[in-house]
Amino acid sequence: MAFNYDKYLRLEKMPTLWCWGCGDGVILKAFVRAIEKMGVSQDDVCVVSGIGCSGRFSSYVDFNTIHTTHGRTVAYATGVKLVRPDKLVVCVAGDGDALAIGGNHTIHGCRRNIDITMIVINNFIYGLTNSQTSPTTPQGMWTVTQKIGNIDPTFDTCELAIASGASFVARETMLDPKKLEKAMIKAMEHKGFSMMEVLSNCHINLGRKNKMVSAMENLEWIDSITVSKKKYDAMSEEEQLNLFPTGILKQDLEVREYCDMYQDIIDAHQGKRAKITQDDFAKKI
Amino acid sequence: MEMREVISTGNELAALAGVDAGCKFFGGYPLTPSSEIMHVISDLLPKIGGTCIQMEDEIGAICAVIGAGMAGERTMTGTSGPGMSLKAENLGLAQMAEVPLVCVNVMRGGPSTGLPTRVSQGDILQSKNPSHGDYKSITLCAGSLEECYTETVRAFNLADRFMQPVIVLLDETIGHMHGKAMLPTAEEVKKGIVPRKKFDGPAEEYFPYECGPTEPAVLNPMFEGYRYHFTGLHHDKNGFPTEEIETCRKLIQRLEDKVAMHEDELESYEEFMMDDAEIMIVAYGSVSLAAKESIRHLRKEGIKAGLFRPITIWPSPAKKIKEHTDKIEKVLVVELNIGQFHAEVERASSRLDIDGLFKVNGRAISPHEIVSKVKEL
Repeated sequence: MAFNYDKYLRLEKMPTLWCWGCGDGVILKAFVRAIEKMGVSQDDVCVVSGIGCSGRFSSYVDFNTIHTTHGRTVAYATGVKLVRPDKLVVCVAGDGDALAIGGNHTIHGCRRNIDITMIVINNFIYGLTNSQTSPTTPQGMWTVTQKIGNIDPTFDTCELAIASGASFVARETMLDPKKLEKAMIKAMEHKGFSMMEVLSNCHINLGRKNKMVSAMENLEWIDSITVSKKKYDAMSEEEQLNLFPTGILKQDLEVREYCDMYQDIIDAHQGKRAKITQDDFAKKI
Repeated sequence: MEMREVISTGNELAALAGVDAGCKFFGGYPLTPSSEIMHVISDLLPKIGGTCIQMEDEIGAICAVIGAGMAGERTMTGTSGPGMSLKAENLGLAQMAEVPLVCVNVMRGGPSTGLPTRVSQGDILQSKNPSHGDYKSITLCAGSLEECYTETVRAFNLADRFMQPVIVLLDETIGHMHGKAMLPTAEEVKKGIVPRKKFDGPAEEYFPYECGPTEPAVLNPMFEGYRYHFTGLHHDKNGFPTEEIETCRKLIQRLEDKVAMHEDELESYEEFMMDDAEIMIVAYGSVSLAAKESIRHLRKEGIKAGLFRPITIWPSPAKKIKEHTDKIEKVLVVELNIGQFHAEVERASSRLDIDGLFKVNGRAISPHEIVSKVKEL
């Protein structure tokens, strides 16, 4: 039987503002199926989005939803999660949201390892605002602010999250919605900060001057720059250079989650445990 | 009212007030001269099961506070000038989405990094419109140790009443002043708590932003079966983005009118020796303490001076100011900026001959300086 999305969508908000052929809808559907499979009540989910095309994500899904200012999803979500640690809190951000204006909140969310899932929809461009350079725009590509070619070096979302301390890091593309859905379930079920990067297309504003004017051309490009982690790991450094590995790139089940650790502070203040000292942590410096 | 004697500082009393008023979440970032608020509340909140988090920056701090407020808790942050500037955009979101919170700003010298450890009252106008766009701020200003506590408590109740941020202004002198304060007991404060309104009918009949033209939104806590949408965009009765002309107009007009039409609930000021005053000094915050001292000196010399001290700075007690300035010829505004509230007194009084005594070098104004200035009038 076909999956019935209606229960999870705000149908009166349809059609979405997203362009014909945009990957955001595929990602939204994968997210909804993931929630259904996890069996979480809609009332127990909070979806926090930022600004950009991905920012509209929160208004289309029927959960407790927050459409925040540009780049601040993780900071808002941190407040929600700390006062309601038993709820599922998910951020949806774009590459500009998560890595440019909101980069600081992203790295510190990872560092704290607070139990938030951050879905970063990376389409390599500022799409909503007409093709400005993003921190993930490949060097040499055309953007409206660098018309003779982008010189700005790029961020790798997942490498950044791993280095910043996120305990779960995965990357998928919108080309394989089933795999994406499974990865999303793993990300949301993981206790700790989960970085879920999804590579997506923007043939309208990335593709138009970079020889990917149709969705299919843009998707073929995404396909050409991604490879499973298993294959990636077997490659030489030279072969790896222009590829993104997909799949679960990191999962650390040992590192403690932030709300859990904060409970230690509460317990210590209430005399239920001793003060917290360096002996409580394996890593001393 | 049952009272208690507490020996403390202004900053610490603001933190204590927050916890007594039911605050469960504090998000902050170190910022001189306000940091002691976070120092103290980071111990007080976990004791009652609440949370205090030092965020990665001032923006993160206000965002986390708004998030916790959306979840349904009473929340608070503390900062000073540079932090207020950084918080501005998200204070705008809290105005737009109508999320209550209390933001204590311990004023230091500005602009920019300014004079980090020295006193100023340079954020009066900033506190009126920290963010872009139209809305009506509520700003309270403590003029004593007691008021660092009582005005913070009042701020929490006003935030929930009007569903918007309430700014509490201290200045460096008040914030770091150490002494004895007579405060209402925590039980008394608890009795006075008026929590935000809640809708308890069926979810399909709940429209958080559908309210009277002069009333605030009714925002139920998240996760309780009333799923709706928060946004900084213009929005409809369910909180969803819209550009519908009348909806947009009504929303912004309501943000203005929910405060403007209830100014009587907000008005607060102190009059000191004003009954027979022939000279009115207008001062607030720590400067009002010097002003009171100067008035005692002036009275001894037979000069009938009195003090008018706004406690609710925004919206200003304009009607009361006009009442006085219509009768009293000599009016002197004393403040630690170049006439920020002076301009408001001119506006309220419709007079352009209001005198001012201003100082912007990070030093307090002494009673002696005020006495000399009054004698020149």
